[in-house]
Amino acid sequence: MNKGRYGQHGGQYMPEVVMEEMKKIEKTFYECIEDESFIKEYKDLLKNYVNRPSLLYYAKNISEDLGGAKVYLKREDLNHTGAHKINNVIGQALIAKKLGKTRLIAETGAGQHGVATATIAALFGMECEIFMGKEDTDRQALNVYRMKLLGAKVNAVREGTETLKDAVNATIRELAGRFDDTFYVLGSAVGPHPYPAMVKYFQSVISKEAKKQILEVEGKLPKAVLACVGGGSNAIGMFADFIEEKDVRLIGCEAAGLGIETGKHAATITTGEVGIFHGMKSYFVQDSQGQIAPVYSISAGLDYPGIGPEHSYLHETKRAEYVPVTDEESVQAFEYLAKKEGIICAVESSFALSKALEIAKEYRPEDSIIVCLSGRGDKDVAAIARYRGENIDE
Amino acid sequence: MNRIEEALKDKKSFIGYITAGHPTIDISEKVIYKMVEAGTDLIEIGIPFSDPNAEGEVIHNANIKALKNGMKIEKAFDLVETVRKKVNVPIVFLTYCNPVFKYGYDEFFKKCKEVGADGIIVPDLPFEERDEMKVFADKYGIIMITLVPPVSKNRIEMLAKDAKGFAYLVSSMGLAGVRKKFPDGVKEFAKFVKENTNIPILIGFGIENEEQIKEMSEISDGIILDSAIVNIIEESGEEAPEKVFKFIKEIKNTIA
Repeated sequence: MNKGRYGQHGGQYMPEVVMEEMKKIEKTFYECIEDESFIKEYKDLLKNYVNRPSLLYYAKNISEDLGGAKVYLKREDLNHTGAHKINNVIGQALIAKKLGKTRLIAETGAGQHGVATATIAALFGMECEIFMGKEDTDRQALNVYRMKLLGAKVNAVREGTETLKDAVNATIRELAGRFDDTFYVLGSAVGPHPYPAMVKYFQSVISKEAKKQILEVEGKLPKAVLACVGGGSNAIGMFADFIEEKDVRLIGCEAAGLGIETGKHAATITTGEVGIFHGMKSYFVQDSQGQIAPVYSISAGLDYPGIGPEHSYLHETKRAEYVPVTDEESVQAFEYLAKKEGIICAVESSFALSKALEIAKEYRPEDSIIVCLSGRGDKDVAAIARYRGENIDE
Repeated sequence: MNRIEEALKDKKSFIGYITAGHPTIDISEKVIYKMVEAGTDLIEIGIPFSDPNAEGEVIHNANIKALKNGMKIEKAFDLVETVRKKVNVPIVFLTYCNPVFKYGYDEFFKKCKEVGADGIIVPDLPFEERDEMKVFADKYGIIMITLVPPVSKNRIEMLAKDAKGFAYLVSSMGLAGVRKKFPDGVKEFAKFVKENTNIPILIGFGIENEEQIKEMSEISDGIILDSAIVNIIEESGEEAPEKVFKFIKEIKNTIA
């Protein structure tokens, strides 16, 4: 496989003006991951700042209630800043430092990636600017304020659908105008090479730990690992070390919104077609003219019309399954987890949890499945309340 | 020598851009005739895309407006087919990878040839990825215009040597949209590109006022205006053809 290609997917479809920068990032990334001192610094930060390894929690109440496989939760929500995003941001910010950059920019949907980027910028003493769709700044006001507290400037993007896709457009524009001192910290496993490869590398810590942990407690591999998929960063991290383990099912859960049939969804693999956008060839929700379609999800983090190129490849080669989960199904799973285990997870994570609850019953009590709990749900509590018809002050 | 190089040789040329279907296809057609009448040497026609992330706000909004008004790729081909009956200037499409990919590379470039388009500019298709599209463009004799931004000399050399039609010099870092001032070194940049290619070099991206037009045309074989024209169309509605005509007439006098 060519570097940066996953079958037909991937590539570097970017404006000419940023190509030299892409080459520099690519070269530096591959040098860094061969450099022991870089890896040591990265691992030290994961351990001492992020609080890794994250727990592999056995959800006993749920497992007993369902009467099927043991359900384990990979607790990325317990990381510093409350989501898996920080794993990747630390890695990319270290690369930015190697490149001599002093300013980080990033797109964000739900705000978790923005918060992680603002956090590391504060830690490293770097300037930080976040681009976020106007609609997302409204529905994720708490995270916007967190970013500001951390010293970042937050730009509300008022074009297109005013969501994640438009935030990516705005960040690409910003990069094209200023890369002497600026590094684009991309938050998902999408974009031009080397971003999907970098994000996978830095997020693969999730599956490396999970594999070791499950072997320790169960003495065998799980039957399945599940994760939610927007662009797919936590999913590629959860899958990474299991891809070669052919007996482990890899299941990515897409946002089916109000239902696939309503057209109000963000289920890229289920409904999308191959296209070229945001620097990569991959699957996109688009119309017959190749115009990128507006997408919808209750979760701002999954509200993206594309998916990472490696996921498209895993889908085409049938190594991974991608299934649609509706808003209602995810909210039910969200509430169920809170009541049964006392864990309020990110609404994104509850998409994966919903499918896990369904398939757990297909297995026996000596089997296990692992769900990536990609983030915590503080940011989503008000949105879930609204969804259930209750208005609360945040 | 192809039609584009032929049209731009041995003079100071002017290239103008419009977004097809902005605000309507009818106005686009009328504007094109007036652009040619005013002396435009090559016309760039944007096929709108939902997410033109290499453009500034003005062209982005024009793209969205055109799409809202029902603009389709097929209608852009119809537009070129219609105007080609009356005008001889080279016509170059500007659009993004995805509309072309979705239409089908072979079908798209076959259609370009049929309607009389001469070239294409694809801002999100860099040198490294262009072969997959170029094979089909070459098959039908459609020229892929190379954008040359002010980056490293090695890269400029690589881009310029491969360029056909004209080399589209990006005046400064960043993307389309008007700018107050150009960075130092643009003169040296233009000179370096000139030394590395035999085709006309034209400067675009963010040129707006007379002073900039003069300055840029002196160091190149001509200039390209995009946002400035789209702005006039946006503000003038039905009067756009006349207003654009006057604007271009003045520019032609300035650079002559």
